[in-house]
Amino acid sequence: MKPENQELRLIDTAHLIGEVEDYRNKGHRLVNVSCTRAGEEFEISYSFELDLRFENIRIIIPLDADIPSISGIYWGAFIYENEMHDLFGVHVRGMNIDFKGNLIRTTVPYPFRNTSFKGEGPCQDR
Amino acid sequence: MSRQIVMPFGPQHPVLPEPIHLDLVLEDETGVDGMLSIGYLHGGLETLVEKRQFPEYVYIAERTCGICSFIHGMTYCQGIERVMGLEVPERAHYLRTIWSEYSRLHSHLLWLGLFADSMGFENLFMNAWKHREFVLDVMEETTGGRVIQGSCKVGGVRRDIDQETLKKMERDLKGFEKGLKEMANVFLNDDSVASRLRGVGVLSRNDAYVCGAVGPTGRGSGVPIDARMTGYAAYGELDFSPVVEQDGDCYARCAVRVNELFSSIEIIRQSIDRIPGGEIEVKVKGNPDGEYFSRSEQPRGELVHYVKGNGTKYLARSRIRTPTLTNIPPLVKMLQGCELADVPVIVLSIDPCIGCMER
Amino acid sequence: MTYLKKSPWLLHYDASSCNGCDIEVLACLTPLYDVERFGIINTGNPKHADVFVVTGGVNEQNREVIRNIYEQIPEPKVVVAVGICASSGGIFRECYNISGGIDQLIPVDVYVPGCAARPESIIDGIVKSLEILEEKRIQMKERAKQKEQGSSPGGGER
Repeated sequence: MKPENQELRLIDTAHLIGEVEDYRNKGHRLVNVSCTRAGEEFEISYSFELDLRFENIRIIIPLDADIPSISGIYWGAFIYENEMHDLFGVHVRGMNIDFKGNLIRTTVPYPFRNTSFKGEGPCQDR
Repeated sequence: MSRQIVMPFGPQHPVLPEPIHLDLVLEDETGVDGMLSIGYLHGGLETLVEKRQFPEYVYIAERTCGICSFIHGMTYCQGIERVMGLEVPERAHYLRTIWSEYSRLHSHLLWLGLFADSMGFENLFMNAWKHREFVLDVMEETTGGRVIQGSCKVGGVRRDIDQETLKKMERDLKGFEKGLKEMANVFLNDDSVASRLRGVGVLSRNDAYVCGAVGPTGRGSGVPIDARMTGYAAYGELDFSPVVEQDGDCYARCAVRVNELFSSIEIIRQSIDRIPGGEIEVKVKGNPDGEYFSRSEQPRGELVHYVKGNGTKYLARSRIRTPTLTNIPPLVKMLQGCELADVPVIVLSIDPCIGCMER
Repeated sequence: MTYLKKSPWLLHYDASSCNGCDIEVLACLTPLYDVERFGIINTGNPKHADVFVVTGGVNEQNREVIRNIYEQIPEPKVVVAVGICASSGGIFRECYNISGGIDQLIPVDVYVPGCAARPESIIDGIVKSLEILEEKRIQMKERAKQKEQGSSPGGGER
């Protein structure tokens, strides 16, 4: 097995659009946008690929901050951004297709922001 | 003189094996736009990382999807192995490759059956599923499970396949391939199938790239994306190339999958020929600390498992980006300007796996 | 199978299953297992169905859908929970969006264990449910008879 080398760069939110545009111009494909809660911050990673080279850029934002949408550059990015909004409550400005929180119907608003669980004990006790 | 109407499609609909809700904006019989909302299958299983130790989470990862469960488990394990710096024995890599390809065969046959059913071709549906049982029998014989195998673990695989069984698997492939050829002939050369599929739901090469289409959806439009080319597991040592079609319509996507059946059989043959002896697992010590985006090629396209460990037995985050999620924007593009009667065929042509998508 | 006079139709609903059990339910209909030889047909319309087959645990979103389908199926009806998720929530029972097994919502007559449940056990479960269906049918007839007698006591006396 050949392990893949993955580059990860931390960038400033203000440079996000510029960086993404660069990738688009170089012909990269948008692979993934993922969000992780790390303490009182969200880490948002954008992954790109060109000719099997996998690259990531990451922004770190406070919990209540909003970020610009990249769906103007990569049309299909709306699906990740809506998902991020529905699960984590990250506000994304200017999405091309905005489901307004209706992409994934969840009972609890923003369930991944503060995770909760059901039935801690064995199920017979419930 | 036409006016726009919005027609709901699903969640429970006879052509959809799984619940998905689609709002179709129609002008007479022509679709102008399609918008979907999901959530009927959403369980939130990514959050379970906080409840299960990382070796146990393999079972959750496998149950993300009951169709390509082995590949989910394997991708997760590869991520953890990379973070922990584990060197998995070669034999385990080959076994993983063999099982992955059997999963692909089973998934494509399943899809071909459902697709035939959506065209109203019931005989072909039954035929495809008859061939699929052969694959499931092999799975059951070698792993103990028909659809959920549980044979992958962090650090290797749980079971070995002895040489005799490998030989038998190789022998049996011959008859299986013969049956598949007859079936493939109907999918690729039958007039009524072609008239139902040609020119339907066209996705241009550029759209496929910009929308991020992966797997057979992208390859049907001439984009040669195949994560197997990154050489994970034993793929780096085998000879194969991605199956690509240029037309971008439902027929092209169907043809990609039909031809991939034979490419998978070829990969299995090569793996059985070249499989080295030795151990099948390494001991796992310590806890993962670090992060990795583990990629693999699922039957539906590229799968990404993001794992982030924090040095404890419980991971900080697991994110599963399934190919169906990525293929939704291309689907929205395909639905623009289609005919209402073609909607079931177009929706099925991306091979949607909603269970995977919503997790 | 001699007690089976009618051909029972079943309705399959995928609650929040991982697809494993769904696929096995579908596999029951295909040539190797072929439940159609017993006259069992998978229908898409609740009003035509006798047996309600549910896979996967109840998720907060499809509560209403399941209840609605259940109420649309005419009496007598039986519910078969296929797989461990439908029986108890299984491996996913701690997820925030899963409420547990189907029995949290509607009465279940037969539980089919397994992850994923094997086609053989699904067929066994459905055959078992047909016995219960027949019993329910007889009970229903008796109740109707009693009701008839109760509403016009003595028959011709009036």
